[in-house]
Amino acid sequence: MWDYSEKVLELFYNPLNQGAIDDPQEPDVTVVFGEVGSIACGDALRLHLKIQLSTDSILDARFQTFGCTSAIASSSALTEIIKGKTLDQALHITNHDIADFLGGLPEAKMHCSVMGQEALEAAIYKYRGIAIEHHDDDDGTLICTCYGISEKKIRRAIAENDLTTVEQVTNYVKAGGGCGSCLAGIEDLILDAQQSGETIRAAAQLAVAREQRTQPLPIHPSPSFDFAQDRHPPTYPSPPLTNLQKITLIQTVLDKEVRPLLLADGGDVSLHDLEGDRVLVKLQGACGSCPSSTETLKYAIEAKLKDLVLPSLVVEAI
Amino acid sequence: MVTYLDNNATTRTDPEVLAAMLPYLSELYGNPSSMHSFGGQVGAVIEQAREQVANLLGAEPTEIIFNSCGSEGNNTAIHAALAAQPEKRHIVTTAVEHPAILAVCKHLEKKGYTVTYLSVDERGELDLVELEAAMTGGTALVTTMVANNETGVIFPVEQIGAIAKAYGATFHVDAVQAVGKVPLNLTSSPIDLLTLSGHKLHAPKGIGALYVRKGFRFRPFLMGGHQERGRRAGTHNVPGIVALGKAAELAQTHLVNVRREAELRDMLEYGLLATIPDTVVNGGGAPRLPNTTNIGFKYIEGEAILFMLNREGICASSGSACTSGSLDPSHVLTAMGLPYTILHGSIRFSLSRYTTEADIRQVLTVMPDIVERLRALSPFNDDQAGWLQERDVALAT
Repeated sequence: MWDYSEKVLELFYNPLNQGAIDDPQEPDVTVVFGEVGSIACGDALRLHLKIQLSTDSILDARFQTFGCTSAIASSSALTEIIKGKTLDQALHITNHDIADFLGGLPEAKMHCSVMGQEALEAAIYKYRGIAIEHHDDDDGTLICTCYGISEKKIRRAIAENDLTTVEQVTNYVKAGGGCGSCLAGIEDLILDAQQSGETIRAAAQLAVAREQRTQPLPIHPSPSFDFAQDRHPPTYPSPPLTNLQKITLIQTVLDKEVRPLLLADGGDVSLHDLEGDRVLVKLQGACGSCPSSTETLKYAIEAKLKDLVLPSLVVEAI
Repeated sequence: MVTYLDNNATTRTDPEVLAAMLPYLSELYGNPSSMHSFGGQVGAVIEQAREQVANLLGAEPTEIIFNSCGSEGNNTAIHAALAAQPEKRHIVTTAVEHPAILAVCKHLEKKGYTVTYLSVDERGELDLVELEAAMTGGTALVTTMVANNETGVIFPVEQIGAIAKAYGATFHVDAVQAVGKVPLNLTSSPIDLLTLSGHKLHAPKGIGALYVRKGFRFRPFLMGGHQERGRRAGTHNVPGIVALGKAAELAQTHLVNVRREAELRDMLEYGLLATIPDTVVNGGGAPRLPNTTNIGFKYIEGEAILFMLNREGICASSGSACTSGSLDPSHVLTAMGLPYTILHGSIRFSLSRYTTEADIRQVLTVMPDIVERLRALSPFNDDQAGWLQERDVALAT
C-alpha cells in the first residue's frame, strides 16, 4: 500500500476545486483549459483556468482528473497553489511545488505532480496562443515508445529534479516503465546531464576564480583555516581569458543553459560574433519575432553569461 | 473489523489449521530427519499431511512434494520438465499466467528456448486450435493455469492436457487459485505436475506443494539434503506442512458448500451492475471460480477506488497500473483486449468461506457513491470523447 501523506489523503477524500468552469461571458475575463495524459496512460488531467485579462492573473482554477489517489490530490493541490497568481508566476511553478504542498509524494508517484505542472503549462500556452504542438510529448525524438515520452521531456525532468538514476526518471515521467528497451537511452541522458552540469560548474568555477582575483586577499584569515592554508599551494592570479577561451565558454553556456529553454518554447539563439566584451547573438524562431520578448531575453542571456563567464560581458541581439 | 474480499491475494488462516500447527511451533520442535524418536515422531505427522493433501487432489501421497510457495512450485515444475526432456527447446504457455511462470519463460528465452504465449479472447478464454497449431515434436512443456487469479476464468485443463500428451510434452498446471475452490481429480488426468500454495486455502504463508505424477522423470530444483526423497532439499517446514495438511482436509469438506460462495459472488455482481451504469464483469462470459469477480468501472481509476473502499474498511484489489508499482495495467486484462476505459478501473473482489451476506451488502451500499464521486472528478464520461479517440490513435501509430 502506498504511504501517502495526510495532506494527499485529505485532498483525495475531500478534493478542492473539482469540476469545470463555465465561461461567465464577462468583459476582461476568459476561461481556458489545458489537458495532459490520456485514458490509455492511466491518468489524465484537464485543468480549467479563469483568467483576468487586465491583470494577466488566475481568478479561479478547477480540475477534472482521471487517475489514482495522488493524481487527484496533485490536481487539487495545483489549483490551490495557482489561484490568484499571475500567469508569469504560475509558469514558474514546478512539480516540486506541488509535491511540497502535499507534504511529499511516494517516489513512484512523482509523475502525478509532473502531470499537474504540464497541464498548467498547457493551459497558459493555449491562452497565450503559443502553438501547443511545440510542447506536445509526441513532438521530437521519442525515447520511451511505450509511453510516448520525448527526449525533451526526460531531459527537463532530469534537470529540474536533479535525477541521477533511471528508476527516478521512470518515477517522475514514466519513461522506461514499459518494455524497458529504452533504459540505456535514459541512462545516456542522465550521464549527459551530469556532464553538462560539470561543464557549467567548471565554467562557474572559472568565473569565480576570475572574480576572486580582482578582490584583495583577506588580510585576517580565520584561524581555523590556517592549517589548511599552509598545505594549499599558493594561488597566483590566473591570466585573463583569451578570446578563444571566452568564445568556448560563452558557447558552452548558451548550449547547455540557454538554448534548451528556448528550444522548448520554439525559439533558439546562436552566437554570431564576439567583439571584446560585446557578445553578438542571433535570436531565432518564436522568440525572435516578438519585440518585447527580445529585450527580456537579451537581459536574461546577458545575466547568465555575466554570472557564469565574465561579469563584463554585454549581449547584443543582431 | 474489515470486510475482507481479497482472498485471491491471501486468506485467513483457519482457526483449526492454526490449532493443528501450534504444537510444532512450540514443544514438538524436533527435526524429522533426526535419528532420535523426539525428532522422528514429527516424521509421522508429515506423512499424515502428505496424505491429506493427496486426498484433496485425488493423488497418491508419494506424488506430493512439500515446498515453500507457489512461485517455488512453478519454478521447480518448469525446471523439472525441461530437465526431463533436455533435447526439446520449446515451451507453450499463455499470456495470462502468473509472473512466477512468465518471468521464468522470459528468462529461458534468453537462454535459447522458444516460448509460445497463447492468446486469450475478450472473455479470457483460450483457443485450443491456437494451442494445437503451436505444438511441435520439440515442445518440452505446456504450462497453464487452472484458474486465473485476476478474473477467475477456468481453463479446460483436461483438453489442454490431451493435446500436450499427443505431442509428448510435459503438462504442468498452476492450480494455486483453483485448489480448494473447484474439485480436482488427478487419478486419471493428463496433468504431470501441479502447483499449489497453502495461504490461498486458509493455511499460513510460506508453505506449498508440488504434485509430481508417479513415473515422471523428476529432477530437483533445490539441491542439498535428502528431504522429500531427495526431490526437494531443505529442512521440513513442519508447522507449515501440518497446517497445509489440515487446510487441505478442511478444503475438501468445504468444497460441497462452495455453491454458497458463488451465490454471494453473484449477488455482488448483479447488485453492482444493477445500481452502477457503465459497469462490466471481466471474463463474465467464461466458466469461472465460484469466489472471484472482476468488475470494470468505466472512466475511473482502480487505485482511487481501492482507497475509497479502504476508508470503508473494505479490502479488494485492482489490476490498475497505479496499484502495482509497475506502470502498466494488468497483463491479464490487457491480453483480453479490454479497452482502456475498463482496464484502469477494474476491481477484483474475491470471496472465501468466511464471507458473509453482510459483507456483500456493505459493498453494495458504498460502491455506487464511490463510483459516482470519482466519475464526477473524471474528465471522461463516454467512449466517444474526442480527446480520448485522438490520443488512442496517436498511441496506436
